[in-house]
Amino acid sequence: MAAALLAVEGLVRRYRADRPAVIDGLGFTLEPGEWVAVMGESGVGKSTLLNLIAGLDSPDAGSIRLDGRELAGLDDDALTLLRRESMGFVFQAFHVLPYLSVGRNVALPLELNGVPAASIATRVATVLADVGLGDALDRLPRELSGGEMQRVAIARALVHRPRLVLADEPTGNLDPRSATQVLELLARTVRAYGGGGLLITHSRAAAATADRAVEFDGRAFRPLSPG
Amino acid sequence: MVSATLRVAFAVFAAQVRDRPLRLLVSIGAIAVGVALAAAVHLVNESALAEFSRATRELSGSADLVVRGTRAGFDEALYPQLAKLDGVAVASPVLAREAPLVGGGSLPLEGVDPLAAAAIRPALYGELAGLYVALQEPDALVLSARAARELGVRQGGTVAVQGPAGARTLRVVAVLPEGATGRRIGYMDVGSLQWFAAGLGQLSRIDLRLRSGVDPARYATTLRLPSGVDALTPDVEETRASNLTRAYRVNLDMLALVALLTGAFLVYATQALAVMRRRRQLALLRALGVRATEVRVAVIVEGALTGALGGLAGTALGWMIAVLTLRLLGGDLGSGLLQASTVAVTARPVVLVAFVLLGVFVAVAGAWMPARHAATIAPARALKAGDDEAIPGPVARLPLAGVLLAAGAGAAFLPPMHGLPLGGYASIALLLAGGVLLVPAFVGVALAHAGAPRAPIAGLVLARLRGAIAQSAVSLAAIVVSFSLMVAMATMVHSFRDSFERWLGEVLPADVYLRLAPGADTWDLGPAEGAALAALPGVARVELRRTLPVSLAREQPPVTLIARPLGGEAGGLPVIARAASLDASLPRAYVSEALRDLYGVVPGGSVTVPVGGKPVRFAVAGLWRDYARSTGSIVVDLLDFERLSGTRRYTEGSVWLAPGADGEAVRAAVAARLGGGEALQVTTTGTLRARALEAFDRAFAITYAIEAVAVGIGLLGVVLAFAVQALARRAEFGMLRHLGLRRREVLGMLAGEGAFMAAVGVVYGLLLGLGLSVVLVHVVNRQSFHWTLDYVVPIGSLGIVATALVAAAAVTAGLTGRIATSDAVVRAVREDW
Repeated sequence: MAAALLAVEGLVRRYRADRPAVIDGLGFTLEPGEWVAVMGESGVGKSTLLNLIAGLDSPDAGSIRLDGRELAGLDDDALTLLRRESMGFVFQAFHVLPYLSVGRNVALPLELNGVPAASIATRVATVLADVGLGDALDRLPRELSGGEMQRVAIARALVHRPRLVLADEPTGNLDPRSATQVLELLARTVRAYGGGGLLITHSRAAAATADRAVEFDGRAFRPLSPG
Repeated sequence: MVSATLRVAFAVFAAQVRDRPLRLLVSIGAIAVGVALAAAVHLVNESALAEFSRATRELSGSADLVVRGTRAGFDEALYPQLAKLDGVAVASPVLAREAPLVGGGSLPLEGVDPLAAAAIRPALYGELAGLYVALQEPDALVLSARAARELGVRQGGTVAVQGPAGARTLRVVAVLPEGATGRRIGYMDVGSLQWFAAGLGQLSRIDLRLRSGVDPARYATTLRLPSGVDALTPDVEETRASNLTRAYRVNLDMLALVALLTGAFLVYATQALAVMRRRRQLALLRALGVRATEVRVAVIVEGALTGALGGLAGTALGWMIAVLTLRLLGGDLGSGLLQASTVAVTARPVVLVAFVLLGVFVAVAGAWMPARHAATIAPARALKAGDDEAIPGPVARLPLAGVLLAAGAGAAFLPPMHGLPLGGYASIALLLAGGVLLVPAFVGVALAHAGAPRAPIAGLVLARLRGAIAQSAVSLAAIVVSFSLMVAMATMVHSFRDSFERWLGEVLPADVYLRLAPGADTWDLGPAEGAALAALPGVARVELRRTLPVSLAREQPPVTLIARPLGGEAGGLPVIARAASLDASLPRAYVSEALRDLYGVVPGGSVTVPVGGKPVRFAVAGLWRDYARSTGSIVVDLLDFERLSGTRRYTEGSVWLAPGADGEAVRAAVAARLGGGEALQVTTTGTLRARALEAFDRAFAITYAIEAVAVGIGLLGVVLAFAVQALARRAEFGMLRHLGLRRREVLGMLAGEGAFMAAVGVVYGLLLGLGLSVVLVHVVNRQSFHWTLDYVVPIGSLGIVATALVAAAAVTAGLTGRIATSDAVVRAVREDW
């Protein structure tokens, strides 16, 4: 049996000692190529979970392994390098840098990873074509619609072929049609690029685009109940 | 009537201020510091002049006219002539002398006729009239209460003073009550003082009370007075003092306003950045129904309130600084231009209110443009998710900038107005305004030439800056203004100091100098002393000179007449222009640049100077550079002067050493040989140069202090701009951290932006400042002080300040980034910005 892409065991995160843990004993695995939607009520710890997996927050207990590598022992530099090389992020508010062209925005992860310039140009052109923005290379973000900006963010999240993509409400600011297009694109390209990912969402429609959808209550992932 | 929507806007603004009070406090602080400097300088100047005016009036009492010659005095024969005139009710003769005290220090002495004087100013001289009999004794002295207190003597005690004939003990026959006069002074009978101070037949002034109905100013013009003697109303006396210090005062006022102007740019920068940061909230207000004009009014009112608070705090601070300054530096701010002793801060309430309003005006001016921008924000777009801060493109104001720069260059050629370089100031203001408008263009050019670095962080820095040129230009405005003005002032002061130092080398060719102490009127040198000095061991040569103040025009301060051996050429004078041809029948004179400017005397022409009580015409052989006397000076040959005046008395001398002689030993020998105590100053060239430069630096210390504050405000502007931007970019930094940028890389990115922008601002400020310095050196300085300077740029010190500024900007930008990149900001990516 192949090793899990992401393995989480006994994860605990508590912000205050006198309050219940936000995440309490969570365990799950994510297989390579698997795209999982995580739903849950506001405040159950979905974003905390993403921050812990991304190495931007530290758990009080438990283990997180990415491709078998334990995150707990890594310092901030090592975690940063891990994010740079192995992770991609898509946010609700896009967070496309307004002062960079679409091409430069997408190229950022490659530049940070020291990829040669010639290779960057090719890979950026390819990924932009994949997300349907082949002609937007030199445009500025302010010239794009919301859906287009989120496509840029997806391209940026995938251009360096990360092992893990973390998407936090990526369609929260989009109309239903654009949202469906973006989610399908995200799922398709994550699989095509060989990685896996977690999609945090409140939308059942969005969750339906994933390989599997789970409900998170702070303790465990449970299969999403119908309805 | 404030509309409901405007009230809502104000309420939202007030809530924002409560939420982020630091930004408001910084703006208030900037205005306060600027107003404080302007108020302090103005209050010090006004208070010093008021004190001078009070002292002048106390001196002249209720005299309608004061007939005054030079300090050396005039023939007392004038007294009976004036006293007999029909229009004159009372004439009071006065001889004023500064007497060196045995044991150090000096005491001003005034010789009066107690009965005549009492008729002019009963409050003071009435006391003396009562002592008429006692004062008839030749050694009788009446002291003011302050003089008695400071000298530690009482009635019946003695005061030992140095006279030309040696030390002499005066008996204190009375001490005046405290209320009689605030001055530190001693009174004698005029005849006694004439005899004691070798002033027989001499008077310093005659106070006149005119008959009722006689107009003093008109009557003054009818009096037939000897050359060099004027009849002045007390007002004219004050005008002379005011003229003497006006250029210096106006320059300091302008400098203080520079700090205030920098504060205005800081308000502009903070308001502009605040509008950018709050554009969502402003757009929301617009969407809720607040009109564009109401948004604009709200931003301006916010600026006005900032200005009012800053103005109030600044005026209070300025008052405190003025009190401290007057205590530490005196009323002339260390320049040595005014001799007013104890000065208390005085100001009319209207002046204080004016400074508060100045703060409001400056803040409103700073908020005006951001308010316009706030009103033009398109609500729909600003409220759209993912629409980042609207960063307007580079503002193309090249035509306006060109017009302002051309007008600024033209204004530099205007002549002085009312004796002030108003054209020069206008030129600086216009060049500065034009220069600031060109900042975005300059930043654009600098960024275009910055290339495409391979390192991703450097690439991000440049990309960010290229994408926000207007925003960067806004944050640079304060530093560009303050640094350019600092460069201009530093270049002017350095040019002045450099020229002054070189000039000292030219005018001080000998090894040892001797001169009468300023105010030491009871002692001078004669040919016998000159011969005795020449015979001293180690002395190769002695040259004696005579300097005396002469009056060439009624309302102008006296000019200095210097009689010295000129030899065939100009005798080592730093001559900068010579006459092509001369009237050989007239004695020669060299005039200073100030004399040329103030009296229109040019080489090749002639100048009439009172010598020995007679007007004498001199042919002007050349123009010499004189940094010691901004009111003008005339150098004539000593032999001509002795012949024309019939006197052979000297006030200064130079001693050249024989080979191998020790300067200090010769100095001591000269001082011992002449005696004279405090009345005579004997110094080596080295000491004299050091003292002169020390006095120069003291005079300009206040300008350095004001410059430093202005640059500090400018740097504060940059820091604030970076802090505001860093906070506004928290989500961006959070995203970059997600992408894999280490925290130190994000901080490095911010520091890089800070360093790059500061470097651009400093380079631009340097270029602009050098342009302004040309106007300061060749126009403002020239028209204020009437002397030319060699233009010298202080490359070393400017380089150090520039480097320090860039480093400070980089460090502070990095530090402000620490707040924006704290762990909490990784969550900022979730904020709906």
